Order: sequence, then structure tokens, then C-alpha cells
Amino acid sequence: MLIHDLFKPKRLSFWESLNAWVFVAPWILGFLFFTGGPILASLVISFTEWDIVNPPVWTGLGNYELMLSDPLFFQSLKVTTIYALVAVPLQIVVGLFIAILLNTKIRLIGVYRTLFYLPAVLPIVSVAVMWRWILSRDWGLINWFLSVFGVYGPGWLSEPEWALPALILMSLWGVGSGMLIYLAGLQGIPSDLYEAAKVDGAGAWASFVYVTLPMISPVILFQLVVGLIAAFQVFAQPFIMTQGGPQNSTLFYLLHLFRNAFEFFRMGYASALSWVLFMYIAVLTLLIFRFSAAWVFYEGEIKNE
Amino acid sequence: MTPITAGTSLKVASAQKRPIDWAKVLAHVILIAGSIMFLMPFIYVVSTSLKTAGEVYTFPPEFIPDPVAWENYPDALTAMPFDRFFLNTIFLAVGRILGLTLSCSLAGFAFAKLRWKGRNTLFFIVLLTLMIPTEVTLIPRYILFTKLGWINSFAPLLVPGFFAENAFFVFLFRQFFMTMGQDLIDAARIDGCSFAGLFWRIIVPNAKPVFAVVAIYVIQNNWNSFLLPMIYLTDRAKYTLALGLRLFNEQYYSQTHLLMAASVFVVIPIVILFFFMQRYFIQGVVFTGSKG
Repeated sequence: MLIHDLFKPKRLSFWESLNAWVFVAPWILGFLFFTGGPILASLVISFTEWDIVNPPVWTGLGNYELMLSDPLFFQSLKVTTIYALVAVPLQIVVGLFIAILLNTKIRLIGVYRTLFYLPAVLPIVSVAVMWRWILSRDWGLINWFLSVFGVYGPGWLSEPEWALPALILMSLWGVGSGMLIYLAGLQGIPSDLYEAAKVDGAGAWASFVYVTLPMISPVILFQLVVGLIAAFQVFAQPFIMTQGGPQNSTLFYLLHLFRNAFEFFRMGYASALSWVLFMYIAVLTLLIFRFSAAWVFYEGEIKNE
Repeated sequence: MTPITAGTSLKVASAQKRPIDWAKVLAHVILIAGSIMFLMPFIYVVSTSLKTAGEVYTFPPEFIPDPVAWENYPDALTAMPFDRFFLNTIFLAVGRILGLTLSCSLAGFAFAKLRWKGRNTLFFIVLLTLMIPTEVTLIPRYILFTKLGWINSFAPLLVPGFFAENAFFVFLFRQFFMTMGQDLIDAARIDGCSFAGLFWRIIVPNAKPVFAVVAIYVIQNNWNSFLLPMIYLTDRAKYTLALGLRLFNEQYYSQTHLLMAASVFVVIPIVILFFFMQRYFIQGVVFTGSKG
């Protein structure tokens, strides 16, 4: 197809086409060797048992059957799904809330924006190490804060029912990037819409519900999808802070996959896990888009450009 | 989308004699409380990093260390070769900036400004690859690099960068170049400028902001990157800061004051970069958010 296209007598200049192909050549090679090829390879590997050292053994759907009898697979799916269902909406609400406050023509907006955004740029390994201390049962900041109100805080990272909530709480420290995106979206809403709402007698709450929310809804949809994908990539936090424990209560999907691949060298099984994850994310994303028509508002005039 | 410019609202200082806008007062109160909540973890960590071992474990915590144990920093940073980790991280960042800006901008240029058959099909593939989670390529890539004998070298982290591994950057460059006027390009072509010359002399000098955004992005990702360096770099002398800190976390688990000093050290370069380059950080995020 490529060569054929190249020589098709059109008004396209041969020289220009040749240049273009040279310029995209690195990307094409990269796609073939580092993305497209590996994806296909991963599918094939998922039908084998392979420890890399010995030759792979074809097992057909064996790995996928194994998954059904792997309680840790279901546990990791459960943990990651709960995290996604709780943390992502929370991040959206908190991020949007701060953005709305910052969008009120307020003084010192630059200072606030910097403060709220700063934690989001910090390297995740540092954040994990720091928060292990902040969440410490006896000497941590969080439990000190609770003790001020007379609450005796739990061992956040050592009690199975509190470890996942602790990681969700910690993830809210990073809402700054979402906040920036909402802020940009809010600033793109034409002010005459608010003026029109005011003329119609809308108060602050009504103009939020009938103007702000519909206008910002495409951004919320996008953040929902991005947040979901990010939730399924959580790794460093449980790996460093809890090692998936206690009692597998923070066994995130990627951590389970990592252990199978790089601790037990079950490359076939880990590849199968990665494909199931891929499909799971794809289905969830499709569902979100399918049901987004009901609440996402698109206006021709508002372009994300 | 409207780009945010720093301090847009600073000029809107409220005129005197105006009645107090209680909504704004409330907003400030919430924002100040929120800022304190966002800053506290960091303050607490920095304060712990400057305490002596005995001072760390007190409840309620003292936020001002007395005495201030500055020696925690040299103690922590010499307990492991953090200078080495730092240089490795910088080396990887520079290599990845070179590779990614070069390969992604060239591809973006071809997609944005050249006319050729297959352009739309290939660009559609670029967009598709944006949606592929990294987990799916994790294992086959690892096997590929094992077979190539690249394990425990920087190659698996550097080489894909030279092959435009980041589809988002290709997209970003393409979008930016699309907005650049065709007139200048046509004029240069008529003057006999080659396509490579066009790219180098017309496009690159006029697209500095997008290069800066990508470079900042790469540095930040590189500082953040943990899983990939961990599977590819096995020898401690090749560790990045993230890997070094993780090792430190394991070996000095109980020496909280040193551990906090090390984690603050890892964070500081990014914080400094952030304060100087905030505009580009923000633009990068807004670009991402205003989607594909």
C-alpha cells in the first residue's frame, strides 16, 4: 500500500511525499517495534507459558482459565475498581470545586493556583515515602489532626479496612492538574451566558447548574476517562507503602501483574492479565461514552482548541 | 481554550469604599484553609527531615525542630550514592528530551504541514495508540530488550524515545504546527528552501513554546518514572533518584528523619523547576486537558 500510494500520479509532489515519509520514519519504526509489534506479541504470549529462559509452551486459553481460579486476580480487580469508582469522582468534585473558587475574579489567584498545583508535580515515589510517614498511626500528621478533634485515628496503612481509603485520601493531594484543566475550561465559558442567566433571574446555584455544569461537562467527561485509565495504572503507591497489604487490601491490578511477570516470571499469565485489563478499560470507557450523551453538553461554538 | 496567564486577576484589585463582597471573603477563607491543608504534609515532612532521631517520635508533633539537624541531609545523601542517582536521572532526562523532541516534532511536522498519501491513515493510528495503556506493551518490550541484551543499561529507556514513542507529543506538535501560517512556509518553498531547511529554519524557531512544554513534560515524567527503570536497571550504579529513594526507603525504614531528608532532596529539583517554569507546566496540563 505504501509504495503504491507513493507512485500514484496525483498532484501530490513526489519529493514532498518522500520527505514526509523520511520525517515520519522514526515514528513508524517505533510503532512497529515498540508499540504495534509488542501488542500483537503480547496477545500471542498470553496463550503460552513462558519464563523467558526456557522456550515458551503453548497452552491455548490456559492462562485465561487460570485467571478464573486466581483469587488474587479478582481481589486486584476489586481493589482497583473500588479505587477508580471512589477516587476518580472525588478528584473531579474536589478539583472542580477549587477551580470554581479560583474563577471568581479573586485576588492572589496565581499564588493559590501554585499552591494547589504543586503537589501534583512531585515525583510519586517521594510522595509515597512522605505519606507513609504522614499516615503513620502514632506519629503521623493525619492522626495528629484527628486527635485535635478528639478522634483516635486508625493505623491507616496497617489495617485492612483503612489502607485503601488512605490511598484514596492521598490521591486527592494530586488534584491540582485536574483543577488547572477545569480552570481553563471555566475561563472559556462566555460571560454573556452568565449575564443572560442573571437577566432570567438565576441565582448563583442556578447559574452553576444550568450554565457552568453543562458548559464544563465535556471536560468532566474527559477527566473521567483519563482518571479511570490512570487509576488502573496505580503502582508505586501500593508497591512502596503497603506492598499490596494488609491482607491484599491494596493489591492493585498492576501490582498483581508486576509480581507475576517480574517476581514469578510468568510472562504468559502476566500478558493475559494485561489483555484482560486492556479489554476491561476499553469496555468501561465505551460504557462511559455511551451514557455520556445524557449529561455531556456539546455546543458548536465551544471548541477545545 | 483560553490560556491562563499568571496573575490575570491580580489587576482586578477591589476598589476602596466598595461594600465588602462576602462571597469573595468566603472564597478566600475556603482557599486559605485549603492551601494550608495542601501545604501541611510538605511542611510536616520538611520539619521531620530537620529533626534529630530522638525528636522525631513525639506526639503531638513539634513543627519547629529544636535543635535543627541540618546534618540529616549530608548524612542521608552520603549513605547512598545519591550524586550518582542524580546524574543518572539527569542523563536520562537529557537523552529523552533530545530523542523525543526530535522524532516527535519531525513526525508532527509531516502530519501538519506536508501533503502526502497515507497521512490521514497514519495519523489515525497515532490517535489510536494514545489510548493504549502502557501495561500491554510492558512485558513484550521487556522480553525484546532482554533478547537484545539491553537489560541493566539505559538503552531500553532511551532508544524508544528516538522513535517517537510518545504519541501524545506527536499529536501536540502536530496541533501546534497546524496553527502556524501557511504563507511563511509557501514563501520559503518558493525561495527554494528544502523541507528539512523549512523545518529547521522556519518551524522550529517559531515553535519554541511547544518545545519547552514537551521538554518540561519529559523532565517531570522522567523524575516520576519508577516501574520501567525498576525493571530495566538492576545495577545500583545505574539507579535513578526514584529507584535510589525506594532502596533507601527499604534500608533506612526506621530512620524517618534521614528518609524524609532523602525524599525532600529528590523533590527539590522539580520544585525549583516548577517555580521557574510554571507557565510551561500549566500550558502542558491545559494542552492535555483540552484533549484530542
